Amino acid sequence: MTAVIETNDLGKQYGRKWALRDCTLSIPEGKVIGLVGPNGAGKTTLLSLAVGLLTPTRGSITVLAGRPGDGPAQLEKVGFVAQDTPAYAGLSVGKHLLMGAYLNANWDQQLAKRRIDQLGLDLRQKAGSLSGGQRAQLALTMAIAKQPELLLLDEPLASLDPLARREFLQGLMEIVASHGISVMLSSHLIADLERVCDYLVLLVASHIQLAGEITELLATHHRLSGSRRDPRSLPSSHEVIEESHTDKQSTFLVRTDQPILDPAWTVRPVTLDELVLAYMGQAHNPRPGRRSALGVVS
Amino acid sequence: MIEFQLDTASGVATYLQLVQQVRQALQLGILEPGDQLPTAQQVVAKLAINPNTVLKAYRDLEREGLVRPRPGQGTFVVGTLPRIDPAVQGRFLASMTAWLRKAHAAGLGPDDIEAIYRTAVRNASAEGAA
Repeated sequence: MTAVIETNDLGKQYGRKWALRDCTLSIPEGKVIGLVGPNGAGKTTLLSLAVGLLTPTRGSITVLAGRPGDGPAQLEKVGFVAQDTPAYAGLSVGKHLLMGAYLNANWDQQLAKRRIDQLGLDLRQKAGSLSGGQRAQLALTMAIAKQPELLLLDEPLASLDPLARREFLQGLMEIVASHGISVMLSSHLIADLERVCDYLVLLVASHIQLAGEITELLATHHRLSGSRRDPRSLPSSHEVIEESHTDKQSTFLVRTDQPILDPAWTVRPVTLDELVLAYMGQAHNPRPGRRSALGVVS
Repeated sequence: MIEFQLDTASGVATYLQLVQQVRQALQLGILEPGDQLPTAQQVVAKLAINPNTVLKAYRDLEREGLVRPRPGQGTFVVGTLPRIDPAVQGRFLASMTAWLRKAHAAGLGPDDIEAIYRTAVRNASAEGAA
C-alpha cells in the first residue's frame, strides 16, 4: 500500500524551540486521518510541513510520493484549508470560484457550483458577510473543487456551532465517498473527529504519542480492573499505558494483541476518548521501556 | 430503502450498528431480497461518518450472504434471515425469568446479576475460543 504521508525523523525548530520532533509516520492512502493534540502540540506545524508552507529543520517528509510545495504538480495534488477557514472578505462567493478556476489547472467548476447551490449560498454575496459555517463551507468548496488527492484541514471545526460542524463533516464525508480522497484534519478534541476518522495521529508536546488505524487501536487496548496488583505481575505482553490504585483495587489501561483470559480481571473495552486521554497523560509521566514497535514513539 | 440511525452513547462500533440494523430489518421483514441499501454516499451525507465504515458494514453483510453489490447500481439484499422461532424465544424467556426469580429470592441485586451474566458470557466465549 502506498503512503499518503511519510515522514522520517521529521523536525521543525523555531529559534531554540522544537515545534515538532522525532516525527516518523507512514500513513496509508484513502484514510481520514484525525490529527489530535492539545493546543501548541505541533499540529499546525505538521500540516504546514505537509503543504510545503514550512520546510523541515531536520528529517524528511514525503506527501503523495513528492516533496511538499515542490512545483505546480505537487501543489495541485494537495488541498489545504488553514485555521479559521479564511476567505477574502471583500470578494463575492462567485469571485472566489472564478479565482479558483484561474489558479487551479484541474478546477471542477460544476462541482463548485453544485455545492454552492446545495448550501444555498448566493454567488453575489461578499464572503465577509457569510456566517462562520458558510465561510467554512466556502473554504471547503474551494479546496475540493481543485480536485486534490489529499485534503489538509487545520482545525476546521473550531469556530463552528454544532449544526454547522455536522453539516461541514457531512459535506466532507460525501466528497471522501465520491472522490476517494485522503483527508487529514486536526482538532484538539477527539470527540469532534471520532465519527469521521479511521486513522489517528496523536501529537503531544511536539512528539507523536500514538499513531494507527483506529479499529486496531481500539481492539488492542483494554481497561482491566480487579483487586490490587503490582503492574510487574502483569504478563509481558501487556504494555501498561495508564494505571491507578486504591488500597484494594487496581485499574490498568493496557495495550496487548493477546486475549485477556485471566479471570481475576474485569475487562472493559476503551473508547477513543479514554485512549487519547491516557496517552496524553502518559506523555506527561513518561514510563521507561515503551516499545516503539507498537507505533508509540518514545 | 431503510434509513440508518446511530446511537453514539451505546459504545457499539458504528459499522456494527449498521450491520445490526440491516439484520434487524431482515428479521422483521422490513427488508426483503431485491431491496436496495442506501449508497455509502447517502449514508455519510446523513450521518457524517467515514465512508469506509459503511463499506466495512456492507462487506460484513456480503460475507454473510445477505447482500450483494451490483457494479454501478448499489448494494442489494439477496439473503433472508430466519425469524427467531417464537416458541424457542418463549422457552428461553421462561427459563430466564425463572432464573431471575431464584436470583432475587437468593438476595442478589441487579448489579450482582449483571456481574454474573457478564462473567458467564466471557467464560462461554473463552470456551468457544479455546
